[in-house]
Amino acid sequence: MESLLIEYLPILIFFGIAIGLALAMVGASYVVARQSPDPEKDSAYECGFEAFDDARSRFDVRFYLVSILFIIFDLEVAFLFPWAVSLSEIGVFGFWSMVVFLGILTIGFIYEWKKGALEWE
Amino acid sequence: MADLWTGYLWPAIFIVLQIVAILVPLLIAVAYLTYAERKVIAGMQLRRGPNVVGPFGLLQPLADGIKLLFKETILPAGSNRIVFVLAPMVTFVLALVAWAVIPFGPNQVIADINVGVLYLFAISSLGVYGIIMAGWASNSKYPFLGACRSAAQMVSYEVSMGFVIVSVVLCAGTLNLTGIVEAQQNLWFAIPLLPMFVIFFISILAETNRTPFDLPEGESELVAGYFVEYSSMTFALFFLGEYANMILLSAITAVLFLGGWMPPLWIPPFTWVPGEIWLALKIAAVLFVFIWVRATLPRYRYDQLMRLGWKVFLPVSLGWVVLTAGVLVTFDLLPQ
Amino acid sequence: MVVQALCFYLFSAVAIASAVMVISSRNPVHSVLFLILAFFNAAGLFVLMGAEFLGMILVVVYLGAVTVLFLFVVMMLNINVAEMRQGFLQYLPIGATVGLILLVELFMVLGGWAISPEAAQVAQVPTPPPEQVSNTAALGNVLYTKYVYLFQASGIVLLVAMIGAIVLTLRTRTGVRRQNLREQSFRTRDESVEVKKVQSGSGV
Repeated sequence: MESLLIEYLPILIFFGIAIGLALAMVGASYVVARQSPDPEKDSAYECGFEAFDDARSRFDVRFYLVSILFIIFDLEVAFLFPWAVSLSEIGVFGFWSMVVFLGILTIGFIYEWKKGALEWE
Repeated sequence: MADLWTGYLWPAIFIVLQIVAILVPLLIAVAYLTYAERKVIAGMQLRRGPNVVGPFGLLQPLADGIKLLFKETILPAGSNRIVFVLAPMVTFVLALVAWAVIPFGPNQVIADINVGVLYLFAISSLGVYGIIMAGWASNSKYPFLGACRSAAQMVSYEVSMGFVIVSVVLCAGTLNLTGIVEAQQNLWFAIPLLPMFVIFFISILAETNRTPFDLPEGESELVAGYFVEYSSMTFALFFLGEYANMILLSAITAVLFLGGWMPPLWIPPFTWVPGEIWLALKIAAVLFVFIWVRATLPRYRYDQLMRLGWKVFLPVSLGWVVLTAGVLVTFDLLPQ
Repeated sequence: MVVQALCFYLFSAVAIASAVMVISSRNPVHSVLFLILAFFNAAGLFVLMGAEFLGMILVVVYLGAVTVLFLFVVMMLNINVAEMRQGFLQYLPIGATVGLILLVELFMVLGGWAISPEAAQVAQVPTPPPEQVSNTAALGNVLYTKYVYLFQASGIVLLVAMIGAIVLTLRTRTGVRRQNLREQSFRTRDESVEVKKVQSGSGV
């Protein structure tokens, strides 16, 4: 338990150092460089035009669909990791148990393929 | 008092020194990767590349860095300031912290955790946040479009990356990165898992938004994608983060498929070279292919990109996972 | 031990603070960003308890996938903050009731274990010590064999989620041109090129 956590301590320290470095770099530039903001400079870049409308517009529903499908497949990957580690322990039964699981999800995958959920134009 | 020193402070100082020993070469490598990229592409296009600052232009990255430091940090008027400044930091920090688990040699790793592969997978799945945050906080059209494209692209290719990693874990029987490298003592995983190696390499091109998957930055349509509005050090952080990510993913490729620190053959002239050098050489080789691909291939179209990710890589890599497991179970080859 | 305790207080304090910010910040995108922070610290707490696999999976699944979806939805729907605010008090009783019910349920489950320790033993298999078996392997050893029905049930839940998502969100647009690879690759010279004899001087 202790030894397990000792291995994570460097990661925590690494996070600290990396965040510090990032802050220092941005901060240094703030200190060294001359800041003179001006409304033209600060306006959103739109190839020289004034912005036509709000940039944060509604978006194609497809992007949601992609991220929902991603969640499902990501969970599948999450289930695969412990299985891959302990396959030698659980043997043939464990293997077929996973094949059935993947089979169920493959039905869904075929469904979405046939429905055209993976089509982009 | 002595207890405090021996118990906490010396170990902490030792860890900090180890981290610095990785970060400094890494940041130098990032700087010179930009230089190498310009030189290599120039060579491929029969140009000279940077050759003015210093001998052979070797001080060019330094000059670029100093120039960026002295530029004004522009915070666009309509932007969400805190998120805007936070976004490049997220990208940068994530590209650095993943290095904590990369093994540079036997027992030469900062954090030898049991779930090293998962840690890398977790950190790379967070990479999308820097981009989405930048795109949203800028409140400008090009970054927003770039961020949407980039997010959808990164998540699409992450799935097949996950399956590829699972197949490597199947062959190694452990999630520990040192264990994975040691499992490749006799045979690098790139050989038995060749199709997965190819899929992994193409997926990391997509993960890092490199050509031919650089639609999020497509300069001919989106100017520069999600970092249009960035300047000065915030821009530099994005840039450093992206290149550090490239080096990181090359290192992961080397560790998962190319035997990490191991020499290609266990015979004298190869075994004299220390492990860190082998790892560095393998990383450099993968990075060279990154640059080569950029000089050679045109950009994908978005529907083709999505089709490749979801309709080709996903089924192929999933099928290959089952096949690998099946072969390992039937012939009783599973690692204990 | 001191470091461990310090880390615990750091992670839990940040987790609670960011959870409070999730429900109190004015901008929905900020809420989601604080949610990310809360999840991240929860993952840290998992690791601190020795559940490293769960900690990493929490980051991969919740941060890498679920919150990306939240962020997509919140950013792109461009929700009007003022409108959202108006409903706050109106929904407060319902929200509080749901929260209270969940809390009571949690107490009942944990209290049940405290009253009858046998029930707890039925619910869990003996956990191997983390020094001998890494907890990923410990999980794998039971999940696919001992709990195979639950595992398959989760597969079916995922299938339902996949189909549900497609049924709810898929809109096929008409009048768009898609690339048909088969058609494209099997095109022959005869179908696409026509050689015409053109009389000189008269045009096509």
